[in-house]
Amino acid sequence: MDFAFNEEQQFLHDTLHDFVAKEVKPQARHVDETGEFPWDIIQKLGAMGMLGLNIPEAYGGAGADELSVAIFLEELGRGCGSTGLISEAHLCLAAAAINLFGSEAQKQRYLTPLARGKVLGALGLTEPGTGSDLQGIRTTARRDGDEWIINGSKMWMTNGGVAGTAVLLCRTKAERSSHSLSQFIVPTDTPGFQAGPPEKKMGLHGCWSHAVSLDDVRVPLDHLLGAEGKGLQQTLAVLDGGRIGIGALSVGLGQAALEEAIGYARQRETFGRPIAEHQAIQFKLADMATKVHIARQALYYAAWRKEQGLPFSKEGAMAKLFATEMAEEVAYQAIQIHGGYGYSHEYPVERIYRDARLMTIGEGTSEVQRMVIARRIIKGR
Amino acid sequence: MKYIVCVTQSPDTAELPKVTVDQAESGNQGLELITNPWDEYAIEEGLRLKEKQGGSVLAITVGPAGTEGALKSAVAMGVPKGVRVWDDAFAGSDALAIGRILAAAVRKEGDYDVVLTGKTTVDGNGALVPVALASALGAALLSQVAKIVAIGDGKITVERLVEEGREKVTADLPVVIAPVKEINEPRYASFMGIRKASRAKFDVWDAAALGINAGSVGAAGAKVAWGNLSKPPAREGSVVLMEGETVEEKVTKLVDALMAEKVI
Repeated sequence: MDFAFNEEQQFLHDTLHDFVAKEVKPQARHVDETGEFPWDIIQKLGAMGMLGLNIPEAYGGAGADELSVAIFLEELGRGCGSTGLISEAHLCLAAAAINLFGSEAQKQRYLTPLARGKVLGALGLTEPGTGSDLQGIRTTARRDGDEWIINGSKMWMTNGGVAGTAVLLCRTKAERSSHSLSQFIVPTDTPGFQAGPPEKKMGLHGCWSHAVSLDDVRVPLDHLLGAEGKGLQQTLAVLDGGRIGIGALSVGLGQAALEEAIGYARQRETFGRPIAEHQAIQFKLADMATKVHIARQALYYAAWRKEQGLPFSKEGAMAKLFATEMAEEVAYQAIQIHGGYGYSHEYPVERIYRDARLMTIGEGTSEVQRMVIARRIIKGR
Repeated sequence: MKYIVCVTQSPDTAELPKVTVDQAESGNQGLELITNPWDEYAIEEGLRLKEKQGGSVLAITVGPAGTEGALKSAVAMGVPKGVRVWDDAFAGSDALAIGRILAAAVRKEGDYDVVLTGKTTVDGNGALVPVALASALGAALLSQVAKIVAIGDGKITVERLVEEGREKVTADLPVVIAPVKEINEPRYASFMGIRKASRAKFDVWDAAALGINAGSVGAAGAKVAWGNLSKPPAREGSVVLMEGETVEEKVTKLVDALMAEKVI
């Protein structure tokens, strides 16, 4: 066993740690309070090659390993949940889908701009009437001559209004079966693709989520991604990998909340001494640190399995489930340690708490993770 | 054009207060080392010169095995090649000797136009190496450089940050430049730079390769002796709150107090 980063991973970690401390974290409050999209940071990340981490070198990306992607998202999460989720959706959902199932021509055309961060990516699954139940998708794609015509609507599409390239899950057969759905690559400037304003959310205000209406959106036949009728299976495969991304982001959020709590406990005094010297606070901090540590190890292990080409669906679901629930709990306790100040916008822990809350819902709720894990452990792989 | 960047490692300034006198005397501070922050401005300017003018950039460091970190940072930022210079005879070198060693390495590399160094290293804070290096090379030293205005036709024009403002200076090439932080904003390493740096192997040049007489450098050639090293006394401070009915009154009191203390 080897628990150490290799030299490249360590160098990446240190560079990102520094970048996040200087560039990302100082902006996080502004991004949260104004809801501004952090374009400047996204452009810098693009220039650094970070928005092409999981894209092969042949298409202009870095071809980095899974653990490096996790390191990137964890470090971003330490600084700003919004910037982290923008990057996660771009890398782990949109770019991953095209990389996994795209044709050579599609990869050449769509991955290269994504890799350079010139264009952001988005994945459209959830609809007003369905989320966890993907087979309930109602957006249709109908073949008409040498085009597909897409009609319907998507909800909660991360980056939906800022992305240049979207991957959409659509119904290509009327009956409810596992072979009725297909994925399509849709440039967002295609007529009929209309993103609504950013949704008003509890947290992650700088990461825009949109309702998108699709009104006679016409794309050429070669915009079908992967195989016709395999959209459900392809989507589930993408989501398997996405769990590692959301888990990594959550570890970063948990780590940030822990660090804030330790810092505050060292300087805040009650009864004549710092609260860090009271056992009630010490035990909280010890539990928080332990949970962050366990989540990180579970996550790195899932990333390692994926990198090795081993099955990782169960381990990824476990890591996502634990890390996301951990982040919320650690942020909750960080607020508790801060007392009244923790409830104030003056301190970052309430923002972290609001940002972390989404993680147990997005890209597969905790309940769906438990379904995936249960299926794997009861029926075997 | 050929540009050479001299880099070194230093402790993180935030860690420096933890260093004990014994650690400082032994030369092993027991701290994790980073690239000397001033050197990052030198690396960035070397890269910008290459990007604008064409030519090559080489990074050089003086240090035993295990001190390649600053070279790796330079490579991660985009410098294509680095050289580590070391010989056991170099141990215990003072700033004058480091200047001589670097000058020998620069000469070995051949015709050069601009050598860039950090203006000082944050641990010793002597700011002597650029002076010693320029002197050993017989090249002009341009210190406190805030902007390179023009370079070409065997000349370079720069703006130096001086107490009253900026002065424009033109010198014949080659020169040694020690920039201030106003000169640029060092870039972050890209992922591909990080990958390249992680895999980089560096040539090592020793005293024989550089044609250096071992007696002239290292502890044997040192002109500086550290007699009695002690930590400066901890700074004492106190807080005074300006009381007053109005903001104007408080500010007036504050300004009076600052003037009385000769702060302004």
